[in-house]
Amino acid sequence: MTARLSALRGAFLPIGLLIVWELASRAGLFSAVVLPPPSAVAVRWFNSLVPALPHDPASQSYLSWLFSGEMPHDAVASLGRVLAGFAIGVGLALPVGLLMGTSDRLYGLVNPLLQILRPIPPIAYIPLAIVWFGLGNPPALFLIALGTFFPVLVNTIAGVRQVDSIYIRAARNLGANPWTLFRRVILPAASPFVLAGMRIGIGTAFIVVIVAEMIAVSDGLGYRILEAREYMWSDKIIGGMLTIGVLGLLIDSAMSRLNDHLLRWHRGLER
Amino acid sequence: MTSSLAPARTAPATPSARPSSDAEITVTNARKVFGSGDRAVVALEDVTATIPEGQFVCLLGPSGCGKSTLLNAIAGFSPLSEGQIRIGARPVTEPGPDRGMVFQEYALFPWMTVEQNIRFGLDIKGVRRAEAEATVARIAATLGLSDFRSRFPKDLSGGMRQRVAIARILALDPPVMLMDEPFGALDALTRRTLQDELLRIWAEYRKTIVFVTHSIEEAIYLADRILVMTYRPGRLKRDITVTLPRPRDSASAEFNALKRELGGLVMEEQQRYTQAEMSGTAVD
Repeated sequence: MTARLSALRGAFLPIGLLIVWELASRAGLFSAVVLPPPSAVAVRWFNSLVPALPHDPASQSYLSWLFSGEMPHDAVASLGRVLAGFAIGVGLALPVGLLMGTSDRLYGLVNPLLQILRPIPPIAYIPLAIVWFGLGNPPALFLIALGTFFPVLVNTIAGVRQVDSIYIRAARNLGANPWTLFRRVILPAASPFVLAGMRIGIGTAFIVVIVAEMIAVSDGLGYRILEAREYMWSDKIIGGMLTIGVLGLLIDSAMSRLNDHLLRWHRGLER
Repeated sequence: MTSSLAPARTAPATPSARPSSDAEITVTNARKVFGSGDRAVVALEDVTATIPEGQFVCLLGPSGCGKSTLLNAIAGFSPLSEGQIRIGARPVTEPGPDRGMVFQEYALFPWMTVEQNIRFGLDIKGVRRAEAEATVARIAATLGLSDFRSRFPKDLSGGMRQRVAIARILALDPPVMLMDEPFGALDALTRRTLQDELLRIWAEYRKTIVFVTHSIEEAIYLADRILVMTYRPGRLKRDITVTLPRPRDSASAEFNALKRELGGLVMEEQQRYTQAEMSGTAVD
């Protein structure tokens, strides 16, 4: 009852704003290019969501027809880039982080370089990424992987270094060799940190993909809102932004659910 | 890692019955120094003792008497500066599953269920699945953990966690069990229950047990033999054999006479510890 009440209270402000915005636009307070009314955004958004052509069973399956609208196509393209770049970034950061966390010597060797490179935002690599990889997907994936790499790396190192020595002593007492120790004790003990890094990493990857799509490729949500600007389609820009927001929320809550499941043993999850 | 272990095991120095040599702990002229130079702290000095197979020994003394240091040396976690420790004929060089350790902080792997924790050592040993499962079921039943096998440690009380820790090493059937103040963090009733449980297990499995405690009553209640240690450097102050029949009655006159005697010995060392603490030299 109280939950429903507070949800109602939470909805009050956004709905109120939408009404004021709609009324202000319709009254002609500002032009449709500067700020189109929400109803126009909604119509535009819905039109980009649904397939442009009627379903033709001969040429395509129902599912691919369902996703043939412009926006679903862009969303899938963006999501694919995020996942691919994320996989590359994690694939590189995880082994390096685990090694750096385990070996003090390697840590001492690599950490200074890491600290210099880490504060450079991935966006700053855009010119270099184009010089190195040209246009298309490669520079985009490079930037996304870069955005994923550092948060995962830093958290993995911290995770391995904070493993309580009592677990290591207990495992050695039970006969664990170094490899077993690493695989069954250090890795799971560091996993809360690693997963936290991944959650930050995929958030960064999602920011970077939008920017990367504005410069290097010809589909995806980032490309679409930049394209809409060329034609001054402000309703389409706002619709695209909404899609980006929804997709980001979905990615983050999926990641959060995965964390909760993988870390169900963790004391921090006690509520 | 050290290949010297295997040959020593198959060819014991003493030709007598193998089990007795496997579970006897021999400490010879043990000395342990932490740090170096002016900062050096002598934690153990000239400790020599033989703990025969199947004996329940308590190491008793105040903080800083080196009882945990000695236990860690037997466990192979931290090598001695001088002297030697042997389990049967084999010198201790590294930790191993023949000396199961129970820690005060439980040290259960929180990401594993109770069952996985108990199975961990068996997995490492390469025990076949069916056999490992049977062992886990049997050990879990022995310690009253059968209904908790799929729980994670965070969902267990301190007493239950310590049962799992004991089960985890018992699954490997080690000849020697090392216990570092295992019941120190438990409330009095749980503590007594687990003490009784431990005595039952000890009677059934006939392990050699080295049990560190600073509780005089706990030592008298459990041990065949109590080694009282001195405050820094840790030496053996007194070697006392407890002959009271089990189960021991902590209200009996004999129990309390022993308690008084040991209390005097431990208090002397406790006072030295307190003095050192006041003067700021007691680094723990």
